[in-house]
Amino acid sequence: MIKLKVNGRERSFDGDPDMPLLWYLRDELSMTGTKFGCGVGQCGACTVHRNGDAIRSCSTAMKDVAGKTIVTIEGLSPNGDHPLQKAWAQGNVPQCGYCQTGQIMQAAVLLKKIKKPSDKEIEDGMAGNICRCGTYQRIRAAIKTAAKEMA
Amino acid sequence: MSIQNIDNATRRNFIGGVFSASAFVLAADLLPETLWADTSEYLGKAAASALKPSLYLGLEPDGTVYIVTHRSEMGTGIRTTLPLVAADEMEADWSKVKIEQAIGDARYGDQNTDGSKSIRGFFVPFREAGAAARLMLTRAAAAQWKVPESECSAVNHVVTHTPSGKKLGYGELAVAAGKLPVPKASELKLKTRSEWRYIGHTAKDPKAIADLKDITSGKAVFGMDAKVDGMVYASIERPPVMGGKVQTFDDKEALKVKGVSQTVSIPPFTPPYTFQPLGGVAVVANSTWAAFQGRKKLKVEWNNGENASHDSEHYKAELMETAKKPGKVVRNLGDVDAAFSKGKIVEASYYVPLLAHATMEPPVAIASFKNGKVEAWVPTQNPQAVQDTVAKALGIKVEDVTCHVTLLGGGFGRKSKPDYVAEAALISKSVGKPVKVVWTREDDIKFDYYHAVAGMYHKASLDEKGKVTGWLHRSVFPSISSMNDEKSMYGFNVEYGMGLNDMPFDIPNQRAENGPAKAHVRIGWLRSVANIYHVFSGLSFADELAHAAGRDSLEYQLELLGAGKILNLGAQGVGEYWNYGESLDRYPFDTRRLRKVLEIAGEKSGWGKRKPGNGWGMGVAVARSFTSYVASVVEVEVDKTGKIRIPKSYFVVDAGTVVNPERAVSQFEGAGVMGAGIALTGEISLADGRVQQGNFNNYQVPRMHQAPIQTDVHIVESNELPGGIGEPGVPPFIPAFANAVFAATGKRVRELPFSKAKLV
Repeated sequence: MIKLKVNGRERSFDGDPDMPLLWYLRDELSMTGTKFGCGVGQCGACTVHRNGDAIRSCSTAMKDVAGKTIVTIEGLSPNGDHPLQKAWAQGNVPQCGYCQTGQIMQAAVLLKKIKKPSDKEIEDGMAGNICRCGTYQRIRAAIKTAAKEMA
Repeated sequence: MSIQNIDNATRRNFIGGVFSASAFVLAADLLPETLWADTSEYLGKAAASALKPSLYLGLEPDGTVYIVTHRSEMGTGIRTTLPLVAADEMEADWSKVKIEQAIGDARYGDQNTDGSKSIRGFFVPFREAGAAARLMLTRAAAAQWKVPESECSAVNHVVTHTPSGKKLGYGELAVAAGKLPVPKASELKLKTRSEWRYIGHTAKDPKAIADLKDITSGKAVFGMDAKVDGMVYASIERPPVMGGKVQTFDDKEALKVKGVSQTVSIPPFTPPYTFQPLGGVAVVANSTWAAFQGRKKLKVEWNNGENASHDSEHYKAELMETAKKPGKVVRNLGDVDAAFSKGKIVEASYYVPLLAHATMEPPVAIASFKNGKVEAWVPTQNPQAVQDTVAKALGIKVEDVTCHVTLLGGGFGRKSKPDYVAEAALISKSVGKPVKVVWTREDDIKFDYYHAVAGMYHKASLDEKGKVTGWLHRSVFPSISSMNDEKSMYGFNVEYGMGLNDMPFDIPNQRAENGPAKAHVRIGWLRSVANIYHVFSGLSFADELAHAAGRDSLEYQLELLGAGKILNLGAQGVGEYWNYGESLDRYPFDTRRLRKVLEIAGEKSGWGKRKPGNGWGMGVAVARSFTSYVASVVEVEVDKTGKIRIPKSYFVVDAGTVVNPERAVSQFEGAGVMGAGIALTGEISLADGRVQQGNFNNYQVPRMHQAPIQTDVHIVESNELPGGIGEPGVPPFIPAFANAVFAATGKRVRELPFSKAKLV
């Protein structure tokens, strides 16, 4: 039995310990804000927080989240009004929107670690997150907007 | 999350359920011109053009306006943009508008969200729908007040009797208006441009994206997120070689995986491949993960068929060789051979490999077969093609297939081909439960309908002043027409009309030819389609000629365009020119508009102000596609290791009337990123008939630092008819980028992707 906390709630799981966290969140908890993009940690669409760090839930097994605290996009802010979410709206960042929850989760950790990231720090911090529609320049701008608000 | 979250207009509530019994529902029959002939062409169906599009807009007594969007949302903003058009003409208060996503139904007219034609095709019908509603509300108020209609005006959800100042809200008028006859198109008075409150006004407005908050909070329902009660999951092992078949398979180990319930054989397609599933063996399980795990344990012996010896390296050599020989003439103006007998001759060959769409959301579909009928929930660009394809696969009637449309996690043309939905329907029929088929990223990259690989050959003659006297363009590629004809060796007018026979330069002697090539993989259309290779080679070659003539490339391109005029392509050696499905009367080919965007691009980008070289350079290209005129300037930095950075890119766009400028800008930003990826790293290759790439590690798409760091988009003010937005940014970007790399390094990259070229 694996116990973990997801968005503040205690959960227990007794299935395949090798199953990635992604499928637990999506298929079992019906938290579909965390997306399946590549399955091998290449695209970042499945990014969630484990004890405050950004991880790729598609390639993190359930056994590796035992006793951990997980935050998904559904738990990032109570009303979808995290400064990043607000900045995303202000800048009309999304196109199709599929990768954006992963982008926001990644950016949230970036801003926790670096209060006012430079362009290079944003590029490095976001390099693991692919947006196929090509919203990168708006993502960059939104991160800067949120950084200002959070300062 | 469940399907209840998908706001779909279903057949049951098509007219009833969405609206209350007392609602005023406009069901005006609107007849736009026949759209792209592609539905019939690609599906082998002749009836598409006879359908009469209808469009649904309703008003509830509480003032809520429902607008049904029948086009799919894959990131262009169309789900917001089309309703904005109707709401504007209706003089509806946007905060009272609710958007309903249409199911697939021929009564809506063309739903194939493809070819950058949603606004081109439905701008007028949506305006007319809104204007009809406004007129009926005005008439209802006038009748109630017993005053002349001409003394009343409808503004922002309220009808006012001007002389008396009496007012009635739209909601209060809904029931009475609903009893009036729908006015004829000739009775409608459309708003003038200066009266528009939404059309063309989104730039500073938060209504640019209706689904924004759902997207950023994880609530938006994409196909991957849809769920129905009792659903099981399936993952399919497909033939590794196109046209291959299962010889035998052993599922003993697969069935031992916890959660796996059964396997289902999917029959191979009957040639031609069309939208049929590739075939294979499906593993059905109670979770996505269990289905994936079970599939890994399958043992399948394949009969790979004739494509097993296909190899990209040899195929490339064949294409390039074929391109050097005369082909089928698709444009012939003047006498190219005579022109080539004198002056300076320049020749060059270009190559673009196969490309995969790689939408962020891999193909996925839920289908439920029950009592001889199928209900499906799909991220699809074309729900009517879903109906046709599923009906054919199961031998049921088209009207017995209901297709709900979710949000799409990217489309780019991939999701207009519903092979993945037919898979889900076949498995559902076999297991007797709703089935969700989930493609992995590897499935997506290995079993795509690929953008065609192409070999091109160019030859030109220059006179002593550097003026081009003759131009030859040969193009060889496996055609999209192989989808409907497995013996196809040549392209067709759609592919020719994308940068091959509509090359806009004013050159007296021109010939365009198409050489034969057979398809060994499924070929499909990808954002901007054949423009990708034709405009890449054509505008790279123009840059080469500029250098051969010792001229500035931008000035030279302007000179090649000539004084600017409306092209009469028929008389200029083309014969049949498809013009993106539009008549040349409505959408003429006007090279003055090309000149204008090119000139503005020069001003905006500071073209020619800095001397290129030493790892810095700018490139430029211009093209008309999807009836829009776009110039692209790309600035590059190439470091000592050959690494390329794009600090700045510029687009100047004349797309006629632009409804949602904010979303239009975003489409060009995105086109630059997609163009950068195609140029830098995009390549699918085969060995032994098998696709060599499988995920983002070896099919690389741009990440933030590889994309243009900053893209400035300038939209030219225009009163012309609306043109395409989603695709026209891609074609000119790629040659502009290649030309910039040449300016920076002196290295001419004629074969994509750049990652294979030695730049330093």
